[in-house]
Amino acid sequence: MSVDLSQFLQTFFEESFEGLDTMESGLLELDPEQPNSETLNNVFRAAHSIKGGAGTFGLTAVSDFTHRLETLLDRLRDGTQSVTADRVNVLLNAVDCLRGMLEAIQNEQELDADALSNAQKRLDQELAAGDGGGGASATAPATEPATPPAAPQPSAGNPSPGGGDGTSRGGWWIRFEPEPHLFATGNDPRRLFLALQDLGDLEVECDTSGLPPLSGLDPETCQLAWTLRLHAAVEESAIREVFEWVEDDALIDIRPLDAVQPEEDSVAQEPGSASASAAPAPEASAGAGSGGGDGKGVAGKGGGKGGRGGGSGSASSIRVDTEKIDALIDMVGELVITQSMLSQIGKEFTEQRLEELQDGLAQLERNTRELQENVMRIRMVPISFAYSRLPRIVHDTSRALGKTVDFQMEGEQTELDKTVMEKIIDPLVHLVRNSVDHGIEAPEERTAAGKPETGTITIEAYHKGGNIIIEISDDGRGINRDKLLGKARAAGLVEDGSELADEQIYDLIFHPGLSTHDQATEYSGRGVGMDVVKRNVRSLSGNIHVRSTHGQGTTITISLPLTLSILDGQLFRVGDQTYIIPLVSVIESLQVDASKVSRVTSRGEVYHWREGYVPIVRLHELFDTEPVRKELAGGLMVIVEDEDTYLGVFVDDLLDQQQVVIKSLEANYLQVPGIAGATILGDGTVALILDIAGLIEMSRGGRRQPYIPQQDDADEAA
Amino acid sequence: MTQESENNTLGDNDRKAAALGSGADTVDAMQAAADGDQYLTFTLGEEEYGVDILRVQEIKGWQRTTPIPNTPHYVKGVINLRGTIVPVIDLRERFGMSAQEYSKFTVVVMVRVFSGSRERIMGLVVDALSEVYTFQPEQIRPAPEFGAALRTNFLRGLATVDDNKMVIILDVDELLSDEDLAIADDQSRIAAVVRADSEGGTEHGND
Repeated sequence: MSVDLSQFLQTFFEESFEGLDTMESGLLELDPEQPNSETLNNVFRAAHSIKGGAGTFGLTAVSDFTHRLETLLDRLRDGTQSVTADRVNVLLNAVDCLRGMLEAIQNEQELDADALSNAQKRLDQELAAGDGGGGASATAPATEPATPPAAPQPSAGNPSPGGGDGTSRGGWWIRFEPEPHLFATGNDPRRLFLALQDLGDLEVECDTSGLPPLSGLDPETCQLAWTLRLHAAVEESAIREVFEWVEDDALIDIRPLDAVQPEEDSVAQEPGSASASAAPAPEASAGAGSGGGDGKGVAGKGGGKGGRGGGSGSASSIRVDTEKIDALIDMVGELVITQSMLSQIGKEFTEQRLEELQDGLAQLERNTRELQENVMRIRMVPISFAYSRLPRIVHDTSRALGKTVDFQMEGEQTELDKTVMEKIIDPLVHLVRNSVDHGIEAPEERTAAGKPETGTITIEAYHKGGNIIIEISDDGRGINRDKLLGKARAAGLVEDGSELADEQIYDLIFHPGLSTHDQATEYSGRGVGMDVVKRNVRSLSGNIHVRSTHGQGTTITISLPLTLSILDGQLFRVGDQTYIIPLVSVIESLQVDASKVSRVTSRGEVYHWREGYVPIVRLHELFDTEPVRKELAGGLMVIVEDEDTYLGVFVDDLLDQQQVVIKSLEANYLQVPGIAGATILGDGTVALILDIAGLIEMSRGGRRQPYIPQQDDADEAA
Repeated sequence: MTQESENNTLGDNDRKAAALGSGADTVDAMQAAADGDQYLTFTLGEEEYGVDILRVQEIKGWQRTTPIPNTPHYVKGVINLRGTIVPVIDLRERFGMSAQEYSKFTVVVMVRVFSGSRERIMGLVVDALSEVYTFQPEQIRPAPEFGAALRTNFLRGLATVDDNKMVIILDVDELLSDEDLAIADDQSRIAAVVRADSEGGTEHGND
């Protein structure tokens, strides 16, 4: 029997990367002084799942490495070795290494052997330190209070010099208590016992105490428990392997036979002590939920697919909450009802039923809008996915720079479009890293300034109108306004003597090549980056602003649209065509007052507007179409803005404002200057959406600027 | 499948296209066993042109397009093809023939065009559909060189049917490459493109 495993490989990678994220966040959460055993368990379970999966797919390098990692985690978990900041770093390093290995395998590249052997060496050192010293084992009972004193942990009881799992010479005692739904997952205990029998002599004792009276017996649930005695000198991992597929659906307790014999009965009454209690029993999952936020269900092989909204990395699939889908089904149901009502009115229409028809149409409109909103919601994922990389950045950067930083994340459940979320991760990482490096001062400096030694960085996300706002604030030194202005003047960005508003000055930090840091570090200060951040945010049609008080801190505010596929547009007409301007770019629509129109060098027309002059662009000239109206006076003009540049667009007629779905023009054609895309209007015809930035460019560069790929230079020269 | 359902929704003016479409199906069935490739042919004035039938997605009647500013005159604009935006190119104008009024018999052939790794759908406005022929590869003769006066890179070759009728086989990927779609209605620009072509050949990046 052979199954093509490759079809599951993608799922394995997705789950493994999720598992690695869980491990990372769990490790960062670990407090060396008071390690939370539930967090450790989560980390351990994630590692274990990766190991199991890697073994199944024959990725021995991964499973061997994960095995070492798991061993160290296991010792931390049972308290044989204590949790220290250094060990956490070794583990984080191992997580990175593992991620690198999996990525290399996924992309079919060579493994980074140096990184692997380096990480492996560090792990081995920690393992060896634990074996030799043994001092840490004194803390064992404190961290694992549920362990019955009479049944010491295997590795503490028989320290094995080779590292790895213990081998019990006398055999093993195994308590196997399946959850009632065991059979539903397709598992048969008998097969497990047969597999165990292959390892050695097996005694099976069935515990029928859980059986209800015959009248209450449900043959499809498993009410039995078993106590097994395996008389074979095998490694514990060999036994665990047998139970690998049921570990989420059962309590499994494995102990050396000799240590357990006298206490057997009392142990059987204590299911809570099971060291591999990954079972989704209510109390267990509640505990997992408290430590890690999204930790629950991640380690599960088959069970934990519910709550998570989307994979990481380049995977283009999306996981959707069943609730969202149910809501959609309900809505489609309503739509069908409305449709049948309308078609019934249509069949026997009389003038008297006009009102009914109008009601029906109003209902249809409501249904459609709701349906649209909910379909959009499918693409919405909580921003916590974007957050997930940040604690690690803060941890690493602050450690490298010798700063202490308290990092707080708020509004993790705020939802935004998946595409927007993926594109905002890098800017966020950059901004947070900047805050640690530039914003937060060194501890001495902070103390001298009368601030607490530990700096605070807060990231917060919330909805406001149709936008999502992300704020990153720190209580660091703030931006030195004068220094920044001085640098800008020196670089010739700002003319000497000109006065700028604070906001304009702070916006200078987004200018390429400008950094207030005197020395570039590994992390930031080269002056590249902030302009990239701004460009990324702009490319998502978002805005970024800086507020800062010198000596007290800086707040950077990013505002992004919730989705990229729909925009609010102002419809207008030129000639016989309808066009759309994104509403965010529209500043004002006005009737042209002829007295305010002037000409510059008798060609360019400008309009006197709000104490300034804006260039007028006649769209019919730019687009070479036949307009209804050529006379400016009395006509309509839309003042649009992009990056503080204003333009007056002269149009024939203004129509409605409405939401339009953006369709790509490039998909089947090409990028066209001045056109951002197209949409389909209510009557099925296509209308073009203007690209304001492109329009401004065109209006500057002359009347018509046709786009020729790769030919522009040659053409210019000719 | 799409062709069928599309035809059902079309009006009278598309009967001809529909009839030819189903004609193509029967020919398809008849010729299925025979070797060689099938070509859908259409007429432009007196000339008959053919495209690889596997590139033809569907056949539609002419419908009003939304013009795109600052594009070559033969790009007639874009239409809504079941929710996607698809450009329509007038082949007569593309080949420099006299433009003709669009009537209810004007046919738009939707073809799949590959450039680099991208696949695009475009519409070709033609006078009328003609036949479906099967040609062996050796039946298609290379087109002669016409010198600088006529670009021939989009001609895959010439084939003969009924001993005297010539069918011009088109390479739609070359015909509808980026440069051809983007150049403006401007002699110097056409000259620049032609010059670039003769110097280095056409470049089709994965853009």
